[in-house]
Amino acid sequence: MSELNIMVEHLTRVEGHGNIILHAKDGKVEKVEWQVSEAPRFFEVMVKGRDYSQLSHITSRICGICSIGHALASLKATEAAMEVRISEQTHILRRLGLHGENIQSHILHVGYLVAPDLFGVGSVFPLIKTHPEAVKKIISIHRLANEMSDLICGRTTHPITLTVGGFTKIPSEKSLKNLRKRLFEAKETVEEIAALVKDNAHRLPEFKRETEYIALTSTQEYALYDGDIGSTDTKPQPVEEYLNIINEFVVPQSTAKYTRHLRESYMVGALARFNINYQKLCAFAKEVAAMFDLKPVCYNPFMNNVAQVVEIAHSIFDSISLIDILLDNGLKEEKPKVEVKAGRGIGAVEVPRGILFHDYTIDQQGRCIKANCIIPTNQNHNNIQKDLEALAPQIIEKPREQVELTLEMLVRAYDPCISCSTHYLTVKFV
Amino acid sequence: MKPRVAFFDFSSCEGCQLQVANLEEDIIDLSKIVEIVSFREVMKEHSDDYDIAFVEGSIMRPMDEKRLKKIREKAKILVALGSCAAFGGINKLRNQWSPEEVKKEVYGMAKEEDIEGNPFFDVFETKAVGEVVKVDYFIPGCPIDRNEFAKVVTALVMGKKPNIPNYPVCVECKKNENICVFELGKFCLGPVTRAGCNAVCPTNENECEGCRGYIENPHIDAEKGVLEKYGLTVEEMLDRFNMFNYKKEVRRER
Repeated sequence: MSELNIMVEHLTRVEGHGNIILHAKDGKVEKVEWQVSEAPRFFEVMVKGRDYSQLSHITSRICGICSIGHALASLKATEAAMEVRISEQTHILRRLGLHGENIQSHILHVGYLVAPDLFGVGSVFPLIKTHPEAVKKIISIHRLANEMSDLICGRTTHPITLTVGGFTKIPSEKSLKNLRKRLFEAKETVEEIAALVKDNAHRLPEFKRETEYIALTSTQEYALYDGDIGSTDTKPQPVEEYLNIINEFVVPQSTAKYTRHLRESYMVGALARFNINYQKLCAFAKEVAAMFDLKPVCYNPFMNNVAQVVEIAHSIFDSISLIDILLDNGLKEEKPKVEVKAGRGIGAVEVPRGILFHDYTIDQQGRCIKANCIIPTNQNHNNIQKDLEALAPQIIEKPREQVELTLEMLVRAYDPCISCSTHYLTVKFV
Repeated sequence: MKPRVAFFDFSSCEGCQLQVANLEEDIIDLSKIVEIVSFREVMKEHSDDYDIAFVEGSIMRPMDEKRLKKIREKAKILVALGSCAAFGGINKLRNQWSPEEVKKEVYGMAKEEDIEGNPFFDVFETKAVGEVVKVDYFIPGCPIDRNEFAKVVTALVMGKKPNIPNYPVCVECKKNENICVFELGKFCLGPVTRAGCNAVCPTNENECEGCRGYIENPHIDAEKGVLEKYGLTVEEMLDRFNMFNYKKEVRRER
């Protein structure tokens, strides 16, 4: 009789704390579990009673990596609640900020967190010595993305200039022209990084499990800032319907709540967006996808890493188009027009890890009386669990180290943002 | 021998550790002067043998307290990284309510047997790192300023005491030749907040929200004068300060 027990406590190279547990006997998996042990932070009570102008600054603190996305979803919810309109210029600048964050987060994940698995090392640090040129290329895109976020949002982590109704400060024409030039030059580097990932992509396991994919979708563009809720299973639905899509529930092995829609679980993130909105990708991004023979609908969650590379290419090129519109129109100093008004508003944005919802109710004094945020990683936890259950029996005969590494790689492919998912800014269900 | 450095995180957004990655090419230089032996967010390798521990985040549960005490035992120097670790930061906002109240609000839907006695869910009031163990140095900020972090590491490697400013944000703001944000009709906490961020918020024409905490012995009369000049009140200032600096003693009515 042979037993295999694996306990990966505090999985590394992911944001936040999670554990993977596996028990197997005589080649049969008896238990495989994804545990979320992160301490809950209770953001719901933090925003209670706070002024509308502070909400995006408080909720951006849910996540260090996708703080711009949180700020934008928060502003969209606040603006919807108080019926605040934004200008075309604000709309374009916000989309630029979102692209900056998308590039930053994806390159951090693929280049710093996933690449070590592809090169068979424990972290990016040994790669500094063995692959210095590759590391420098990754850093150069990371730096570009961060400087882009600094320029548009004032700061890359916990943005400053994004405010209800517009911006506190906008970038100069000169700085945008410079950014445009650098984005254009980055095309070659992105191609080189994609080629590097491709050379090592054979280390990404062949694994398939059909599931539902959910992401914003739009007839206008590859949806990130605007759109309806799209699914690979149903037709698009308005953002206001989000509670009927997410269906939250609590499980004892996780301080983060789980979700499900039409099937037992669903997936959000770069692969979900790719599967739903492939047609709207720019030509360069489609070229990158073709390098990997990646086509919709792809049911291999490990390919989320590749979909992120595809999105880096898309975000770089779409940013150039957005800057061109801004420069053609000419930049204008605009003062946000905001009047306090009571109401409820829902904002949805695609952030690096998937669809994010903020839902606020604001009173006549402009104070927040109720809030709910639904985080991408919350929506993925259940799908991760179901993938683990399907994957583990397929690999259980392999050597222990390989089983452990493959399970880790699966969770890592989702790019989970665990502290995000235990933010707890939630609706009352009782 | 290079000092051995470890990073740990508790309740936080991990945005402060992210600023280490945001040093970009300077990480390569950093890896030349220290040996990073544990950094869960970016590396699989882990060692319990370290000299300097950087700890991000606030402490919320007995299981976290236990883990932190072990880190303290092993580290020669413990640095609280960011406002959540240094004084609780935004995480203390929830201390306006009791742990029972917040738990009920969030997990009210769950089955009692899943939650009761489950150590994952056993939260107490938010504590800063220094309320559980001795902290040698702290780097405030939400998030930390990456350049200040690099300066602190350099000082520690050289065996010096890191220098965190004890003058207000206004000093840096003036140096940047900004228009005072009070003049823009906003409510700025810069006059009483610790500098070191290069006044990044006022420079972006937004108010300082006090994320780095109060300076020691703030010039209260000068602050009152500023508030008076712009027709603002001390009460509103304190309410704004609560965002990052909530203290139970000033618990307000809900």
